Amino acid sequence: MVGGRLAQCVGRWSRIVLWVCVLALMVPAGVLAGGEPYKIGAVFSVTGGASFLGEPEKRTAEMIVEQVNAQGGINGHPVELILYDDETDATKCNLAVKKLIKRDKVPVIIGPTTSGNSLAVVGLAEDFKIPLISCAASYKIVEPVESRRWVFKVAGSDKHVVGKMYDYMKAKGISRIGIMTVSDGFGASGREELLRLAQEYGITVVADERYGPKDTDLTAQLTKIRESGAQAVVNWSVGPTAVLAVKGWRDLKMEGMPLFQSHGFGSKKYLELSGDAAEGVLLPLARVNVGPLLPDDHPQKKVIMEYKQAYEAKYQEPISSFGGHAWDSMHLALAALKAVGPDPAKIRDFLENTKNFVGQHGIFNFSPQDHNGLSKDDLEMVVVKKGDWALAQ
Amino acid sequence: MESAGFGAAWLQYALGGITIGAIYALVAIGYNIIYNVTEIINFAQGEFVMLGGLFAVFFYEACGLPILAAFLAAVAAVALTGLVLERYVIRNARQATVLSMIIITIAFSILLKGGAMLAWGKDPYRLPPFTGGGSILWNGVAVQPQALWVLGVSGIIVVCLTLFFRRSVYGKAMLACADNPAAARLVGIPVRTMIFLSFMLSAAIGAAAGVSITPITLMEYDRGALLGLKGFGAAVLGGLGQFFGALVAGLLLGLAESFCAGYVSSGYKDAVALVLLLLALFFKPEGLFGSKEAAGLKRF
Repeated sequence: MVGGRLAQCVGRWSRIVLWVCVLALMVPAGVLAGGEPYKIGAVFSVTGGASFLGEPEKRTAEMIVEQVNAQGGINGHPVELILYDDETDATKCNLAVKKLIKRDKVPVIIGPTTSGNSLAVVGLAEDFKIPLISCAASYKIVEPVESRRWVFKVAGSDKHVVGKMYDYMKAKGISRIGIMTVSDGFGASGREELLRLAQEYGITVVADERYGPKDTDLTAQLTKIRESGAQAVVNWSVGPTAVLAVKGWRDLKMEGMPLFQSHGFGSKKYLELSGDAAEGVLLPLARVNVGPLLPDDHPQKKVIMEYKQAYEAKYQEPISSFGGHAWDSMHLALAALKAVGPDPAKIRDFLENTKNFVGQHGIFNFSPQDHNGLSKDDLEMVVVKKGDWALAQ
Repeated sequence: MESAGFGAAWLQYALGGITIGAIYALVAIGYNIIYNVTEIINFAQGEFVMLGGLFAVFFYEACGLPILAAFLAAVAAVALTGLVLERYVIRNARQATVLSMIIITIAFSILLKGGAMLAWGKDPYRLPPFTGGGSILWNGVAVQPQALWVLGVSGIIVVCLTLFFRRSVYGKAMLACADNPAAARLVGIPVRTMIFLSFMLSAAIGAAAGVSITPITLMEYDRGALLGLKGFGAAVLGGLGQFFGALVAGLLLGLAESFCAGYVSSGYKDAVALVLLLLALFFKPEGLFGSKEAAGLKRF
């Protein structure tokens, strides 16, 4: 009896030892192969209301991963992109980020696409200490910087756009302006900055008009501005109202009062929709939109033209400002992985100290006080000429 | 510009208000036609406007029809949609209560909106003005030729409808159905045909409004809901079922919005329509031109 049990015991032990040996042999084998992939997590609004932003972001990120892996990955590691669609829904975005952190265990996350969704997940990045590089614009994503230690963003802030616009107006001797803004998050944020920065630049806002995102007629607002004695009109909206503003401005014969648009007008589609009416409209744009117009010695020219050629060849559609955000966040993440490996804390420190990173939207200079790294000098003042962009003089 | 002064601004607001008001009136008339015959509030009315605009773009750009032919083709296509709504949706649910039918029309409007999103995508579309040329500056007031077209189309529709209801047998039969469906059936009026006709007619009117405003406002798949809401406001304000009331109330809403944007604050523009609607419901629930007695007879 006793002997039998002993034999059984020995048998079990020997089996365990055998398994341990097998496992011990397997682990170094895996390490020796070297191919353990570096993961990058991504959350974009590929469907839903912001799909026109999320789709080019997804395509850009996928294209970059393909390019990097075709060249042998980073430091011998292939890159694995784990991408979730948040359907432009803050709750789903939050779940996706949780999944990336807990299940996929990614060391760095790029996205989300929209400001609302980004604000819904900054807390997660802070709690789990995973660096997050947002592609959305609101300054609230990275401020106050004390409670946004793990969060970065690659889209410029409204204050840069307004600053660039006001600089241009000052140079042209414009000091009284009428503003009209759409009553959604985009317009409200623009309006806040237009009013806040006016004094600093010596500009007086003589008319402050608003309208809804689904409004069909803006002539009342434009008429009021026309009667207010303003020297220029600023419209701040995305979508059809941006086009309606241009048409109304032209129909009311307000050419003597130049029309400035926000960067929200920066899409070729809006130019097509406005037709001839858009001639002479001014707006500040990121250089990614005007790559071919840049002088050859501009530091961003090369990266923008390379991105443009690769993307347009692969997807047969023009590059967009939004895809540019994905390019910037993706390449920042890759640079960090290359320099410090898949360690979230080291990636964070690397990003915070990145200087002179040449991207699509500008030359990024991050610092512990600035997790955006862009300035108003990263924008170009652009004018519509013969249905296309041209650099404004 | 400065010399034109106060008067020019006033006129400009009035013109903008009348243009958009005419569209609200057309949407309201669409509600009324169906309401009169069936007591259903057809919440897909706004989507008919959207579909009219998008179909016109389709016929003009993809099929290369001239603008007038595209206008008529779009109106016909949307009338067909109205026919489908009546024949395959409403008629199948004829045992349901009026309230259920109204909810069905909401479902249908969501279906139309989703379908339009799949067919046309989410981008806005443009249509050239019916007649070329830019806006005309007259005494400091800029007049878009297309705004005149909107007013013209609305005027023609109102005149035709009036003639239709006053003079034609079908029009009188439809009014009879509105007054008393049971009695109408007893005297041999085919009530089902009248219902069928009312859906087609109001879809066609919505489409005409949609095509007329597209050159001014652009059109995209989710434009319908807000236009439908404003038009509903006009219909209630004018007294449900009252054509003349709808016309006056539509213009009134348009003007109120425009003057509010001009002289008070453009931020409150959308609130004006709703405040007017609430005031009407508080103090004269049967609408400006409705009669209390008639309202009491209705089920809804």
